Amino acid sequence: MMTLAQKLVARAAGRGSVTPGEIVTCKVDLAMMHDSGGPRRVKPMLERLGAKVWDPSKVVVITDHYVPTYDDESRKIIRIARDWVREAGIDNFYDEQGICHVVLPERGHLRPGMFAVGGDSHSPTGGAFAAYMFGIGATEMLGVLVTGEIWLKVPHTIAMEFSGKLSSGVSAKDIMLFLIGRFGLDGGQYQAVEYRGAAIRALPMQERMTLCNMTAELGGQTGLIASDSTTEAFLSSKIEAWESDSGAPVMAHHQFDGSSLSPQVAAPHSPANSKAVDEFKHVKPSVAYIGACTGAKLADLRMASSVLNGRKAKMRLLVAPASARDVKAAEQDGTLKILQDAGAEFLGLGCGICAGYGGNVLGENVVAISTTARNFKGRMGAASSQVYLASPYTVAATAVAGHVCDPRELLQ
Amino acid sequence: MRTWVLGDNVDTDVITPGRYMKFGIEEIAKHCLEPVLPGFSKEVNPGDVVVGGRNFGAGSSREQAPAALKHLGIAALVAESFAGLFYRNALNLGLPALVCPQAKQIRDGDALRVDFERSVLVNEATKQTYAFEPIPPHLLEMVRDGGLLAHLEKRLKCRTTS
Repeated sequence: MMTLAQKLVARAAGRGSVTPGEIVTCKVDLAMMHDSGGPRRVKPMLERLGAKVWDPSKVVVITDHYVPTYDDESRKIIRIARDWVREAGIDNFYDEQGICHVVLPERGHLRPGMFAVGGDSHSPTGGAFAAYMFGIGATEMLGVLVTGEIWLKVPHTIAMEFSGKLSSGVSAKDIMLFLIGRFGLDGGQYQAVEYRGAAIRALPMQERMTLCNMTAELGGQTGLIASDSTTEAFLSSKIEAWESDSGAPVMAHHQFDGSSLSPQVAAPHSPANSKAVDEFKHVKPSVAYIGACTGAKLADLRMASSVLNGRKAKMRLLVAPASARDVKAAEQDGTLKILQDAGAEFLGLGCGICAGYGGNVLGENVVAISTTARNFKGRMGAASSQVYLASPYTVAATAVAGHVCDPRELLQ
Repeated sequence: MRTWVLGDNVDTDVITPGRYMKFGIEEIAKHCLEPVLPGFSKEVNPGDVVVGGRNFGAGSSREQAPAALKHLGIAALVAESFAGLFYRNALNLGLPALVCPQAKQIRDGDALRVDFERSVLVNEATKQTYAFEPIPPHLLEMVRDGGLLAHLEKRLKCRTTS
């Protein structure tokens, strides 16, 4: 009996079974890179080795960190990415189409059963598709590009089960902030975290992606959800079922009632500082930020618009949508119009100010509430800026109320 | 060789802030740990040891975090535990990341020597020792080669000459 994580690793290692703790070498089905940790870092190393990419058809490159470009350095980084994919024969290149973690599955590159690596810590997003996917650094990516393989310590599985049904106004972000608050930034112990239960199965794909993505903040190597009809519908094609054997041993099994979960907010400067929204009503941000791979997908924009519909933001409301396709869909269904009417200012497609890489960053002492994944000191701008994390519902409600606000009060 | 002691969950955003990521490692290293230890890059000396508590290196996959510490001449990182991704990155760069259950007993400014043979840290003043877990056997050769790039270079050379 094996867990989903162990089955995925066993397949990639060419083994019938694997035991947690053993070291195995896995064949990589897909390697994803973005402009920051990708071409500009791996190209000089490949040249030093005189090596070529092991299989260009298995590599996907997506520009998101330094787009839109804003100075000579960012232009140079993007130019290197564009030139390198041509030289290396990589056809899977998505330029200014949105954030890598969102664009990758949207363009059909992920399927249940795959073993994948990404040059970004939020790569566990792929686990939402029952694929084993985790983040690696640039030199380790070089190793994958040259050999097509990577070593792995077979993970234990930590099962996080949420029964019941989430209330209206409560989302995957709230589940995750709750878990990080409860278990800490190293609660995942660099093992595989598997999300289970009725409340998880009811989540649409983009919400599952938010949950698995932030396994990074929970300290897991990857976050996984078994494939099901929701996965199949998103991919619009028949899939194999990938799930844990019932009764497969896990390292820990935590059970929670999803129905009683309230919206969560994480105080500066850690996602682990999360508590129920009620504890933060005195906080008055001057910026509400809706952006990032965990906070500005179509599902996230719709959550925000359900609160903002017919209302005006009382503070600066910044929106950096996560993908071009999601923007198009949000335009067609009226979501964008609602955000605009509420007073939103739109930033370009990409990572926006989430990682503080771009031109727009938070100034000294700015207090912001944000749909992003992490609020470490100085990440989004000045070291004195204060960032609170919350769901798109809560960020939108706060923008309207002028202080941190429970979105359920506005959704009634 | 002094120690620089930090707390739990030191994240890669404070080790190497995002706004400098567009530059090369020399410029990035100048701002290493800036949000929590301004002036660190000027005061640090080659051979110094950085000591953290739990989950050192949490957050982003940016390899520039261990690379900046290595660039500044840090001889080893010592912590009660490391974030998994950061741990892989550090060893891939040939920078020893040493798991030491007693890391929290080490005081800021202590003179510390790393004895790799015996897998202990030695406090030069008091001669007190702190055991650390040896680098995992499957990574030892890579770390000895100076990291993954040098290790691959060696392997590829062997392949072409054999």
